[in-house]
Amino acid sequence: MTTTDTAWIDAALTSARPQAVGALLRYFRDLDTAEEAFQNACLRALKTWPQNGPPRDAAAWLIMVGRNVAIDEVRRNRRQRPLPEDDQAISDLDDAEEEIAERLDGSHYRDDILRLLFICCHPELPATQQIALALRIVSGLTVKQIARAFLVSEAAMEQRITRAKARVAEANVPFETPGAVERSERLAAVAAMIYLIFNEGYSASGDTVEIRKPLCEEAIRQARLLLRLFQSEPEIMGLTSLLLLQHARTDARFAADGSLILLDDQDRSKWNQKLIAEGSALIDKAVRHRQSGPYQIQAAIAALHSRAEKPEDTDWKQIDLLYGALELVQPSPVVTLNRAVAVSKVRGPEAALEMIEPLAPRLANYFHFFGVRGAFLMQLGRNEEARVAFDRAIALANTSAEAAHIRMHLDRLMRDSEIAKISKK
Amino acid sequence: MLYAILCYHDEDLVGSWTKEQDAAVMQKLAVVQDKLTSQGRLGPVARLLPTTAATTLRKDDPPLVLDGPYAETKEQLLGFYLVDCNNLDEALEVARDLGAANPGGAYEIRPVGLFVPGSRPA
Repeated sequence: MTTTDTAWIDAALTSARPQAVGALLRYFRDLDTAEEAFQNACLRALKTWPQNGPPRDAAAWLIMVGRNVAIDEVRRNRRQRPLPEDDQAISDLDDAEEEIAERLDGSHYRDDILRLLFICCHPELPATQQIALALRIVSGLTVKQIARAFLVSEAAMEQRITRAKARVAEANVPFETPGAVERSERLAAVAAMIYLIFNEGYSASGDTVEIRKPLCEEAIRQARLLLRLFQSEPEIMGLTSLLLLQHARTDARFAADGSLILLDDQDRSKWNQKLIAEGSALIDKAVRHRQSGPYQIQAAIAALHSRAEKPEDTDWKQIDLLYGALELVQPSPVVTLNRAVAVSKVRGPEAALEMIEPLAPRLANYFHFFGVRGAFLMQLGRNEEARVAFDRAIALANTSAEAAHIRMHLDRLMRDSEIAKISKK
Repeated sequence: MLYAILCYHDEDLVGSWTKEQDAAVMQKLAVVQDKLTSQGRLGPVARLLPTTAATTLRKDDPPLVLDGPYAETKEQLLGFYLVDCNNLDEALEVARDLGAANPGGAYEIRPVGLFVPGSRPA
């Protein structure tokens, strides 16, 4: 490591961040103080690491220095006069670092990190604030980076994060070590938040794909972090697996013009096999526990897709069964809609159409419902009804990519009917 | 003599590298590997998936299957090389070259007692 290269120091600071901020939060019981202490420790690191080389345990070093600097600050304010700049205090840190590292290897750091993640997903915070807070506090993204990913102004994002922090401060986050039930509830809330972060990135299209991709990468980083802390939790394995398998398809999901390419039409050679290998390994591990859950089922579905070298190799029968299982643990019309796609491949469009008809009242404003319905009708040759469904889908499209995709179907219908007319003449 | 060079590094840190940083390291390592290949000394090389993908089988009776790597340590086993060297000094020299290409962490150098090349095509 060329010690002058700050990019490597940045990587070390980023990786140490959750543990360091988590521990500082436990000491100071105040998010702003903890963040500021960490920030100050980072500044010292940038000053001293290039000369002395990085410490063996970066997180322990940052916690120690962050704590000392913050305590000095309190003392200084109390005496109302500035103390001389004191680098001496950290010069013989090596022994202390060993000692604190010993203690960190104990049980605390796991709950520190979980707490840090957990305060970001406080139930009173709307989803967008949870995500913004997690990206700021846990990932350490700058407000500017987060604002860019959310396509809002920096000032607006600053305000959103400040508001979220104020709510968290009022909410009295518990600092005692959580019990087993509390811990598993926290874990579930954090998993849901990580999934939200991923979806923010995954649902991007057009010009925003590249801008929002870091959200997917951050979500995966946090999922891996969580899994390292809770190695035997099948649902956390499932979550991490799901994110890896979905993210593996990123390079194949969009055409050059930014329009969405559906699974069947993707160039599968562009799928990232390394991510698929990791995701498949994780779902394999999870299944052994025989404690099924929604993340594991979704990951298993994604794994079946990723295993098929060609679309026609897809094991739709198994996917239909898995969606059936998902309907049981997480009943939702959207899950049934997805299942219908598998059913259309196994039992044909008629059965699939029959399956989704009862969903109409609940999905009356759902773009995908009309897209899927139109596709089934088209397969059945009921072109006029298909056109009506596609028109409705376009009206409900959230992005131009979605609308463009449906328009493609409409164009095909139009062409077919032209050909039909000509052949009748 | 065949030596195993076991690569230990902080997995969190390696996972925080940008794609560019990761690619730069792999490229520098390839230079060291190419040199060994041209000397006919390089055996199999492996980069392991994250320890989160690891499973441990404790050979109790009956065997116990545990999630995660065998050892919970600050630095994790992330990969290994097998290299033909005449003595420890030569093995250390290879490890130093690899270390210059990919700093941080540690290499454990272990002489190989039995090597079965295996039958799986590379």
